[in-house]
Amino acid sequence: MSHRSFVWLCLLPLAVVTAAFFLLPMARLVVTGAGGPQGLAGYLAILTEPRYRATLINTVLLAAATTIVTLIVATIAGMFLQRHRFPGRAVLIAMLTFPLAFPGVVVGFMIILLAGRQGLIGDFSNRLFGEKLVFAYSIYGLFLGYLYFSIPRVILTIMAAVQKLDAGLEEAARSLGAGPWAVQRDVVLPALAPAFVASGAIAFATAMGAFGTAFTLATNIDVLPMLIYTEFTLAANLSTSAALSVGLGIITWFILALARSFSGSAVAAAG
Amino acid sequence: MSAQAGHGAAVRIDACGKTFADGTRALEPATLDIARGETLVLLGPSGCGKTTMLRIIAGLELPDAGGRVLFDGKDMTPVPIERRNVGMVFQSYALFPNMTVSDNIGYGLKIRGVPSKERAERVAELVALTNISGLENRRINQLSGGQRQRVALARAVAIRPGILLLDEPLTALDAALRDRLRGELNRLLRALGITTIYVTHDQSEAMELGDRVVVMQKGAIAQIGTPREIYFTPRSRFVAEFIGAANIVEATIEDRHLVLPGGRQPIHCDVDMPAVVAMIRPETIRVTSTGSASLSGTIDSISFIGDRQRLVVSGASNRLLTVDAPNTLRTRPGERIGLSISPDAVRLLPPES
Repeated sequence: MSHRSFVWLCLLPLAVVTAAFFLLPMARLVVTGAGGPQGLAGYLAILTEPRYRATLINTVLLAAATTIVTLIVATIAGMFLQRHRFPGRAVLIAMLTFPLAFPGVVVGFMIILLAGRQGLIGDFSNRLFGEKLVFAYSIYGLFLGYLYFSIPRVILTIMAAVQKLDAGLEEAARSLGAGPWAVQRDVVLPALAPAFVASGAIAFATAMGAFGTAFTLATNIDVLPMLIYTEFTLAANLSTSAALSVGLGIITWFILALARSFSGSAVAAAG
Repeated sequence: MSAQAGHGAAVRIDACGKTFADGTRALEPATLDIARGETLVLLGPSGCGKTTMLRIIAGLELPDAGGRVLFDGKDMTPVPIERRNVGMVFQSYALFPNMTVSDNIGYGLKIRGVPSKERAERVAELVALTNISGLENRRINQLSGGQRQRVALARAVAIRPGILLLDEPLTALDAALRDRLRGELNRLLRALGITTIYVTHDQSEAMELGDRVVVMQKGAIAQIGTPREIYFTPRSRFVAEFIGAANIVEATIEDRHLVLPGGRQPIHCDVDMPAVVAMIRPETIRVTSTGSASLSGTIDSISFIGDRQRLVVSGASNRLLTVDAPNTLRTRPGERIGLSISPDAVRLLPPES
């Protein structure tokens, strides 16, 4: 057997797995999506049908808000954790990254414990103002859950990027007269831009497609994965849910590609 | 501000020591005066405290309690670096990768709120001065090492600092480029006439650039002097060996002569001493015929360097003696030669060192 054919033989398992678990289901999904009464136009329903469109906008806004708030929280916390040594630091980092171990259902459960009808926040506000604050079963609860879910993923990336920052850059900016805010704005944040894009993309994609948390909180939250679920199981609308699935994938991919090209110059410059 | 810029500020370091949080003593309390417009070089091996001293002057490190840093007589110790008006060039250059060359150079002016027209003029001036025309709109990752070094210098000088601080600015470059840029840097520093503190571990850089050189060893100042002073009259064995090549010989002094295995070398010393340490620079030793010389020895090996040849001679002193001979001298290993040394060229060192 020649070397070349040996290499091809080694690639065979990969090809089989790719075909069986990726290409074929995707192709099937695409075909099913076009198999409804509207045919190919079924794909456009995600944009033309008002209910679908509203859900799409909702989902994108939720994912964007999750990404932005996660980045803000994780950047401040990550920078502090990377630059300071204090007792309990390791424990704190372990706790912050703990949610990585939880499935969405557990996260949803925790949100209910926190902000549900019997939740901690409701209890607290009841005693303080005589009114129960309950938001676990809404998009706000979902937002909180996604935040909890995304922070560990982002914070680890940010910490690694902060560690790699050249301390000389900040010192140089200071020597030129830059105060603490100017140093952050002109030097630190631009240098972290690639980490923001990379980790933000993960946070965004997770928030677009996560299902477990949403399902645990309520079945009537207007986000795309819930919509796909209800179309599929309750309405048995196979073609619509397939079209929505493909749409969700394409839109998520498109927004990520946009973010990447938008920050492309910053990424290239920092490299 | 511009009137002062041509000369910069006078610096006084008053009893500045530095002990790090883990208890390491990076710098013994040192006192040092740097005149307005002077170029002072802090020279020493790594870990000698030279960078720590520079960072204390810059305001990046606080001296231990009791230490003070004064610019033109004004106590600057509690003032952070961003308000000290110092220009700094880092070993890594620390250029901002997210900005172009012009933006890097103009950054300090932008922070100071200088209007963009004036800023552009100053940037153009520095681009011309540091010979980087045509690179203004480049990104930092598109520059060579030498170009980065110039941009870093231009950026530090753009703000018309009172003091220019350079931390091993040529170390990251390859040897040939380093030599060329050293000359260029020397001319530039002379032209600017600004107070400059330059840190290096390279003694030839220190000699060429420094008005005065501070030789440092293990966190303390070993000697301060002009390049000539530290070269010709080192105060310790460490300084003698760190600056240039030096033969260190141990001998006794009898009747104004250094008594060595290879003969008796006349010196300027009236007192007889049983054990002394003396320094003789290789280039002060002349090769002569064995008959006429006060010292003699056998050539061990010869390395031809080009502009001269370096002989290693055995039998003349208690250890091998390095001799710089003219490149035209015809000789070979094993040959016996005479060595002639002027009494002026023998420098006695304190015995403890």
